[in-house]
Amino acid sequence: MTWLRLNWPQVLQLVGDHLALSLPAILLSILIAVPIGYLAVRLRWLGKPLLLTATLLYAIPALPLLIIIAAVFGFSLRSPETMIAALTIYGVALLVRTAADGFDAVDGFVRDSAIALGHSPLVIFFKVDLPLAVPVLISGIRVVAVSTVSLVTIGALIGVSGLGFFLTDGFQRGILGEVVTGLLASVALAGLLDALVFAGGRAMTPWVRVVDSQPKLGVAK
Amino acid sequence: MIEFETVSKTYPDKTTAVASFSLVVPSHRIVVLVGSSGSGKTTLLRMVNRMVEPTAGRVLIDGEDVRDRNSVTLRRSIGYVMQQGGLLPHRNIAENVATVPMLNGVSRRQARAQALDLLERVGLDKSLWRRFPSQLSGGQQQRVGVARALAADPNILLMDEPFGAVDPIVRRELQDELLRLQTELGKTIVFVTHDINEAFRLADEVVVLREQAIVAQQGTAAEIMAAPANDFVRNFIGTEAADRVLSTQQVNGKTLAVDSYGRPVGLLQ
Amino acid sequence: MSSFSQVLAWLTDLSNWSGTTGIPIRIGQHLAISALAILLASLIALPVGIAIGHTRRGAGLIAGAAGAARAIPTLGLLTLFGLGIGIGMTAPLLALVVLAIPSLLAGTYAGIGSVTPAVVDAARGVGMRERQVIWRVEIPLAAPVIIGGIRAATLQVIATATLAAYISDQGLGRFLFAGLKTRDYSQMIGGAILVIALALLAEAVLALIQSLTKTYVAHTRA
Repeated sequence: MTWLRLNWPQVLQLVGDHLALSLPAILLSILIAVPIGYLAVRLRWLGKPLLLTATLLYAIPALPLLIIIAAVFGFSLRSPETMIAALTIYGVALLVRTAADGFDAVDGFVRDSAIALGHSPLVIFFKVDLPLAVPVLISGIRVVAVSTVSLVTIGALIGVSGLGFFLTDGFQRGILGEVVTGLLASVALAGLLDALVFAGGRAMTPWVRVVDSQPKLGVAK
Repeated sequence: MIEFETVSKTYPDKTTAVASFSLVVPSHRIVVLVGSSGSGKTTLLRMVNRMVEPTAGRVLIDGEDVRDRNSVTLRRSIGYVMQQGGLLPHRNIAENVATVPMLNGVSRRQARAQALDLLERVGLDKSLWRRFPSQLSGGQQQRVGVARALAADPNILLMDEPFGAVDPIVRRELQDELLRLQTELGKTIVFVTHDINEAFRLADEVVVLREQAIVAQQGTAAEIMAAPANDFVRNFIGTEAADRVLSTQQVNGKTLAVDSYGRPVGLLQ
Repeated sequence: MSSFSQVLAWLTDLSNWSGTTGIPIRIGQHLAISALAILLASLIALPVGIAIGHTRRGAGLIAGAAGAARAIPTLGLLTLFGLGIGIGMTAPLLALVVLAIPSLLAGTYAGIGSVTPAVVDAARGVGMRERQVIWRVEIPLAAPVIIGGIRAATLQVIATATLAAYISDQGLGRFLFAGLKTRDYSQMIGGAILVIALALLAEAVLALIQSLTKTYVAHTRA
């Protein structure tokens, strides 16, 4: 507590740095994973290899991945690009499967009737598949947001600024308060993003709440 | 008028859904394709709006090959009602009904106003417009499905077992409603069902299909009932079933119709 | 950064493959601490997960643990334990155990919970005791999903064991941290390649085991 009282400007500063790494990575993950997940469902032959690749990428430990990315892409190890690239790879690997599940779960009857009404494929993606997959996508994005924020701390090991700095610095200097602050600040930030994504998802899907909260008047089966 | 000219559909795995099928659906009539599952009836229906492309033969609408039409604009010009409604669960009722007019560029306000009229037309209360499909009963959802199919005022209505998922009482109501609408609107309707009673109730013309869409018999309900063409049809319409073979019985000066178990099923006048 | 040939030179330098800080010893340490952590975590998580799955009570605990596991930075847990317990094996081991538990719990619970209630009812109906229902019906049928949980936990532990080298002289992570410190990038990249290879190998082996149990369960069900 004493440590936090004396150092809160630095905490705010590092929260900012932490967000500057997490947010682009989360956004990139969504932008990349959603189309890939859609392709994996619509083109069955492509689905399996895509999902297998995602599983394998996710199996790669973070620190080695950072090092390899820097080496392969020629980024400096300490650059934000290296960090964001690694976080995006994990985010995509996590989200592709959920996105595929979400698109796969869209009712075939609904798609068929949308086709029968004369929606073009692009319109079906944006007006039918995408909105109907939103509840599942949101659950996946929540996982990505939380694990991305947590992963950013590893950047401290290679000298990228973020809340992880409190963990390594506190450990080396033997200041428990600093480590605890870093840990709790990271958890709180993850919780905050999670709550924001959750709230955004609720706002985007008014029809889901209706189904949850009201008994059906009659069930068409 | 819709014409099927010796159409067939064979899938890449060599299964044949439709062998060689020809039929003329006259304008302003209800033609019902009836058959059990695997008879290719839905496949035939979907050939009309190009959701299935025949591997041979062609489908003409008013003399024009549907393949010469852009599939998307073709579909917008044909009403389609399917089992389980197929309503978009994330759009409210009014938006669902207004889907095609909006796709065609009609203004939101106008499409909405039109949707409310259509809801009344199919026997629904206007006040339901803000609800989502999941908040309606199965029967109500089907009415919305019909309203949506009518929204762009198409000449042709394709109906794929539209009332198959609702209970028998509601199904009768919906059938009556459809017949009432048809006297007002005079659409060209192709209706697919596996329920022979539904076919007899609705059809100007019934087409009984066997597997691979081979026509077992074609005619009015009365013609088919009076002279089933073969054992398949006899079996399918249940002519020999106990509840189809009726006789009369005099009770207290009234003439009752009774089935072959002797159970009274109706009153002759 | 080093060229590919320098990395290759480091990886194939025989002197790196011998001695008490050589590659084989580091791999051995890495695997040993990972295996020990999974074992200890299993002793705690499997019975608890089975109990929750069987009684279907306390599912909130599982969701909470899974959420916390994602939100808590592994490096934070390691440094916290390192500070509290001191340099040595105990701190990283404890951290790894704590990290492995949520995945194991989630897998076990999901597995037991996925067994069709009718099957469990039928088992009781033919006169099995609760213990027998668990051992003879629920666990065998849940095996693929439970192993899925072990697979996820193992992957996470192997990855985190790399970071454990930050607070103790353990495992393949040493090459990464030593390389970082001395700017010996060949050693760092070489170490990274070794960790990735180990992780992918573990993933492949566990995926194989999981698919074997799946086939086995599918057979017994058919």
